[in-house]
Amino acid sequence: MADTTNSDQADDGGETRRDILTYTVGALGVVGVASVAWPFIHSMNPAADTLAVSTIEVDLSPVEVGQAITVMWRGQPVFVRRRTEAEIAAADDVVLEELPDQGDVEHPAADSDRAPRREWLVLVGVCTHLGCVPQGQRTTELRGEYGGWFCSCHGSHYDTSGRIRKGPAPSNLPVPPYSFLEDDRILIG
Amino acid sequence: MAHAEPSNYKNPVIRWIDTRLPIFTMMDREYGQFPTPRNFNYFWNFGALAMVVMVAMIATGIFLAMHYTPHADMAFNSVEHIDRDVNYGWLLRDIHMNGGSLFFIVVYIHMFRGLYYGSYKAPRELLWMLGVVILLLMMATAFLGYVLPWGQMSFWGAKVITNLFSAIPWIGDDIVIWLWGGFSVDNPTLNRFFSLHYLMPFLIVGVVFVHVWALHVTGSNNPTGIEPKGPQDTIPFHPYYTVKDTFGLMVFFAFWALFVFFMPDALGEAENYIPANPLATPAHIVPEWYFLPYYAILRSITFNVLGIDAKLIGVILMFGSILVLFVLPWLDTSEVRSARFRPIYKWLFWLFFLDCIVLGYVGGQVPSDPVFHGPDWLEKYFTFVELGQLATAYYFGHFLFLMPLLGKIEPRVPMPTSISESVLKGGGRMPAGAPAEKPMEKA
Repeated sequence: MADTTNSDQADDGGETRRDILTYTVGALGVVGVASVAWPFIHSMNPAADTLAVSTIEVDLSPVEVGQAITVMWRGQPVFVRRRTEAEIAAADDVVLEELPDQGDVEHPAADSDRAPRREWLVLVGVCTHLGCVPQGQRTTELRGEYGGWFCSCHGSHYDTSGRIRKGPAPSNLPVPPYSFLEDDRILIG
Repeated sequence: MAHAEPSNYKNPVIRWIDTRLPIFTMMDREYGQFPTPRNFNYFWNFGALAMVVMVAMIATGIFLAMHYTPHADMAFNSVEHIDRDVNYGWLLRDIHMNGGSLFFIVVYIHMFRGLYYGSYKAPRELLWMLGVVILLLMMATAFLGYVLPWGQMSFWGAKVITNLFSAIPWIGDDIVIWLWGGFSVDNPTLNRFFSLHYLMPFLIVGVVFVHVWALHVTGSNNPTGIEPKGPQDTIPFHPYYTVKDTFGLMVFFAFWALFVFFMPDALGEAENYIPANPLATPAHIVPEWYFLPYYAILRSITFNVLGIDAKLIGVILMFGSILVLFVLPWLDTSEVRSARFRPIYKWLFWLFFLDCIVLGYVGGQVPSDPVFHGPDWLEKYFTFVELGQLATAYYFGHFLFLMPLLGKIEPRVPMPTSISESVLKGGGRMPAGAPAEKPMEKA
């Protein structure tokens, strides 16, 4: 009688044809499960309309020197502050190497990079620690030891360039993408 | 019971769990070794297929519910949002939408299998009745789900079907207002339909659990209708039927994929892509295809009987068409289980099947339309109303008249003594002269 392929003591060092088939089916099964699971998981990621680039235009003409406004962009507060000369000077008067967050190529920490038009500072107003909205937009609010913003949740101090100086927050307040449409009008996003 | 049974598993973690809650032992016993008749044909796959569809519907439904808004002003748009904006939303929706139809295809075939092979007969009466309960829950779930997209057919189908309850004498109108949560189908109705649509599948899961439990008590029927006599008649469920079911499942997924990827709206109504308008009734209100036979029965009663309103009789017969299934085990008087050995019933079964198709067809037509085009008298006197009435009469006649009668008069045919005999001798005819075997073992 011809020998079948089902010998248990097989040629591949103890693995039988059955073992190879089992591994193959198992591997394909894993691929199958993953490819079924992925659409379900990915459907929970932001939908196209949420991701769709949303932009807002902000009219800066009512904002006076030393004043700040808050606008909503993509569901988050954006601080726009028209800085005084003193605030700009304070932002420049820094040794970058001593900053807790010295930035990188994409997010430079120098104030002239963060606010090209020195008067206008545009920041995402969400504390980089755990997400509270820092105080400091109004002159009546606490602004912290560096004259910028103060997050009362856990005591993070931001300076007049929105950089973290003291407290648990790990990084500077981010600068959103924006551009000047006119001298008194910006497009955020 | 205050002691733990020792478990036979080598893996210590599995053994720890199994000693305290014998899930693994149970799964091995019920789905591993379970002695199953060796002669199943592919019609026995459909129960497993139904369970897979149920799980898939719940999974897709839960993820769809993350993006759907059950408010009359936003529901339609939220479904479009799912189709267009949500990642793979179109896929989830199309699987869910076509899965509903596939669920009914599978369950109807599963039921016809039961009718043909006598799976409803003793000792499986309760199993059958639980199945009818599952069908009713499925129908409720499907109806509620179809309302949710809030298209024209969603709205008007809801209006028609909820209005049926006004046929109930005295309290009908109040019941309808209570169902609606208002004075017509509107936002309160939609909101509660969403809640109930989310709920009912989990009731279905519960009844399915009991349905499978009941099945495992009696064991499965088989194409011969002869109960297994011993191990020679059965094979372990695993690997034989796990593999056969998996193969069948792959074929079924291909069929489902055909709809999802190539013709997702083929089984639906284009009218439902128009947002619901309470002021504009569509020319033809039709339910989804799986409800058409019952719709035909409902519309076939156009005359009052003994002072009872035609509408009420139609409603009673519509529900009656399913309720009659509950008592089927007692209507069928035959001692032979499987149609394989019932020469007359075999023909009547296919006639009944044809009748269901006719009812379904009638349900989708305009009642006043003529069935055939021809002489004026034919077109006037034989419309879909008349055809529907004939088909309805046959439907009830089959269950209430033919089946009780047939058991008494149907001639006996020679039957094999056992499953293995029928399988091994390829046909199961008894040798001439041998005594005929008792056809059905009484429980």
